[in-house]
Amino acid sequence: MTLILDEYSLLTVYTAMGIYTLAFVMFAIDMAKRSTSKPVPVSVGSQRRQSDAQGAVATLQETEPPRQPSRYKFERIAFSLVVLGWVFHAAGVALRGMAQSFVPWANMYEFALISSALIVGVFIVIQWWQNLKFLGVYITGFTLITLGVGTVNFYVPVKPLPPALDSYWLIIHVIVASLGTALFAIGAGLAIIQLLQARREAGKKSLALLKTLPDAMKLENLTYFTTVIGFVFWTFTLIAGSIWAERSWGRYWGWDTKEVWTFIIWVIYAGYIHARATRGWRGTRSAWLAIIGFLAVIFNYAIVNVFIPGLHSYSGL
Amino acid sequence: MRTALLLLLLLALAAVPGSLVPQRSSNPNGVIQYFKDNPDLAPILDALQLFDVFTSMWFSSIYLLLFLSLIGCVIPRTAHHLRALRTPPPKTPARLERLPGFSTVETTDTDAAVAIESARTLLRKSGYRVRVFDGANLSVSAERGYLRETGNLVFHTALIGVLFAVGIGGGFTYTGQRVIVEGQPFVNILSDYSSFTPGRFFDESMLPPFRMVLDDFSVEYEQENVNALGFPIDYTADVSVTIPGEPVSRGTVKVNQPLPLLGSDVFLLGNGYAPRITVTDGEGNVAFTDIVPFLPQDANLTSMGFIKAPDALPEQIGMIGFFYPTAGELSTGALTSIHADLLNPLLTLNVYTGDLGIDDGIPRNVYQLDVDGMTQVAGGDTGIEAIKLRPGETAPLPNGLGTVTFEDANPAPSMAKDYADSVLRFATFDITHDPSRGWVLAFALLSLSGLLIALFIPRRRVWVKAIETSGAVRLEYAGLARGYDPGLEPAVNDLQQRHRQQLNIKDT
Ligand code: HEM
Repeated sequence: MTLILDEYSLLTVYTAMGIYTLAFVMFAIDMAKRSTSKPVPVSVGSQRRQSDAQGAVATLQETEPPRQPSRYKFERIAFSLVVLGWVFHAAGVALRGMAQSFVPWANMYEFALISSALIVGVFIVIQWWQNLKFLGVYITGFTLITLGVGTVNFYVPVKPLPPALDSYWLIIHVIVASLGTALFAIGAGLAIIQLLQARREAGKKSLALLKTLPDAMKLENLTYFTTVIGFVFWTFTLIAGSIWAERSWGRYWGWDTKEVWTFIIWVIYAGYIHARATRGWRGTRSAWLAIIGFLAVIFNYAIVNVFIPGLHSYSGL
Repeated sequence: MRTALLLLLLLALAAVPGSLVPQRSSNPNGVIQYFKDNPDLAPILDALQLFDVFTSMWFSSIYLLLFLSLIGCVIPRTAHHLRALRTPPPKTPARLERLPGFSTVETTDTDAAVAIESARTLLRKSGYRVRVFDGANLSVSAERGYLRETGNLVFHTALIGVLFAVGIGGGFTYTGQRVIVEGQPFVNILSDYSSFTPGRFFDESMLPPFRMVLDDFSVEYEQENVNALGFPIDYTADVSVTIPGEPVSRGTVKVNQPLPLLGSDVFLLGNGYAPRITVTDGEGNVAFTDIVPFLPQDANLTSMGFIKAPDALPEQIGMIGFFYPTAGELSTGALTSIHADLLNPLLTLNVYTGDLGIDDGIPRNVYQLDVDGMTQVAGGDTGIEAIKLRPGETAPLPNGLGTVTFEDANPAPSMAKDYADSVLRFATFDITHDPSRGWVLAFALLSLSGLLIALFIPRRRVWVKAIETSGAVRLEYAGLARGYDPGLEPAVNDLQQRHRQQLNIKDT
């Protein structure tokens, strides 16, 4: 039974990857079309400012964001595909969990599965708050790489949980770390576009499609908001991890490799938050810090787990 | 701010080598290995304190400077904030139209005084601190979100608390390790530990008096999942504890489930097998009989142990033993254990005679045998096969040196041999005491809650101004936020709408 469920899990994950690939292509087509079509201001920020400038009377106040131009048909198709892919992706996670009757995040493969599922999940949910669909290529691309490496290089059949990992703190620790990672991923994506946009606004040569995206100021604020929520999750990850380490090893902090990197990431993002409040560091420089922070997150996952020995490595590849 | 930022980035950078080079604190064997592998580079790195990054001069200087600047930052800010808490909202700006969320309502349904009074109550109810200004025009100035700064100060101050709790509390900690075989006692005194790491302020009287016997150590193995047959899924150590003046109590220690004992915690870290071995010498005397913990070498508990019989006559005897709980053969013909449980236990012994080198008074590691002064007489290249024993069996040593017996810990009378309890198990315990951890946790959580408040409580100013114009009143609304605040404009609009409702101003 266990093994059958595991196989179904893998099948649904492959299906999800197929659908995400389609979504990736659609997002890419959308980007290409944006590059060629003539610019229409869609930035929420700039429209608001226009109405502000007119000093409109109360009844003219338009708080609803402007409608998506229907020209972004491919974006809408792509986003629907992402949602569909995510349903399979989530089913894959659930089946894997049922196969081993424990939350499926005890090894690298499962961590790849759950963290990418949360990245896509956060990407979907965040659209209610802000339209960030323009990150679609980045998010689906990143997810495909994560799932690809996960299934090809890290896959292990379902195994019972080693006693050392049998802890509620593991569940909390990993889910919060994944949520933090998801928000950092989105924040870094926004920061990258912010950098490109700032270049364009400075009058340098740039991609035409940037004209259809929010302005650099707006992007900076969005980067900040997602990253800062990610930082809260990461702070909690740090605390939950320490509690678990204390319960498991008798010390809450031992500068184990993985702990070192969790700390480094936390400090980089604390630096990012400070940069946002420091003259001369707003804008481009702080955006770089958000990107470096996320690179450290990837490094922590991909390099530290695999190549650098430490206590945490017994979680198994 | 710039100093703090640079020091933070420097701190992140300085921590990186701590993950690339093995650290004495977390991985002492890795450091020894590093010295062996890189004999030229290692001393240079050591001089730069790269094997002790987190206690090094340079790392410490960075974080001490950071915290100095933090203290230097928090104190004046706290003072400033305390003053701000007692200061009423600032004067309404002369011109509101440049400010976020600006809007106007033209009406004849009310007059300025009524409108401002109603705005004042509305804002008050929404948690703003308000102040009415009576200048050229009547206006109300309101501010909320002082908690934001409070949260920020709590966050930073609690970080200082964490540092102090770790720094001071760390001095009172201790950690000791001890291997206990089933049936054996451990007494909580310094000399009964196999290794012990005290904090700076440790004193032996801090060890609480207790005695702990490992009654039973049991392991549960996976039976169903064919991908992981024999995978250990649960370890349980049953202990009985004696505290002076109290009846004996029983307790269990599991992985992730330490046993609290008089302010210390007993953790289960490792386990293995401890065969009982008896050696008689060439003259027929018992030269050695003891339970020997064998150190596990792999996941299936292929284990290695050392037997030293210094009193054996005519010559001292030493043995290097391998124990396989479930012996199996590799394709090369070498033995290995294929399961961690006692399904097919086998002990092999390489035998040496000569000088054990332990008469010179230098203490020797029990987990080591120095064979330099000895001659191998069985196993390896000697041409004589290593001795192989199952529980309960005895074999002669070569050259009439005597005999060796692998005692069965649970001799069963029946013929159907079940090895289940034939060899005792041992467990490795870590006994730690850390009075700082509660403080550290409390400060960390305080810091986290400060962070939440600081990041998510908006600090806003809102103004409503009433300008009387020939028979009508023009109401102006605007706000201002500290930092990024996507909720500001909706909040100002919402205020404007509720204000109109309250004043019964119709939509135009
Ligand atoms: C241990 C070192 C430090 C860490 C980990 C740290 C971390 C943080 C974090 C996470 C925030 C954002 C939370 C908030 O807005 O309240 C923050 C904000 C802030 N920190 Fe620090 N900090 C440190 C040291 C300092 C120092 C030394 C100063 C003094 C110069 C300082 C001044 C500030 C200020 C003024 C803010 C508010 C920024 C804003 O308004 O967005 N911090 N810090």
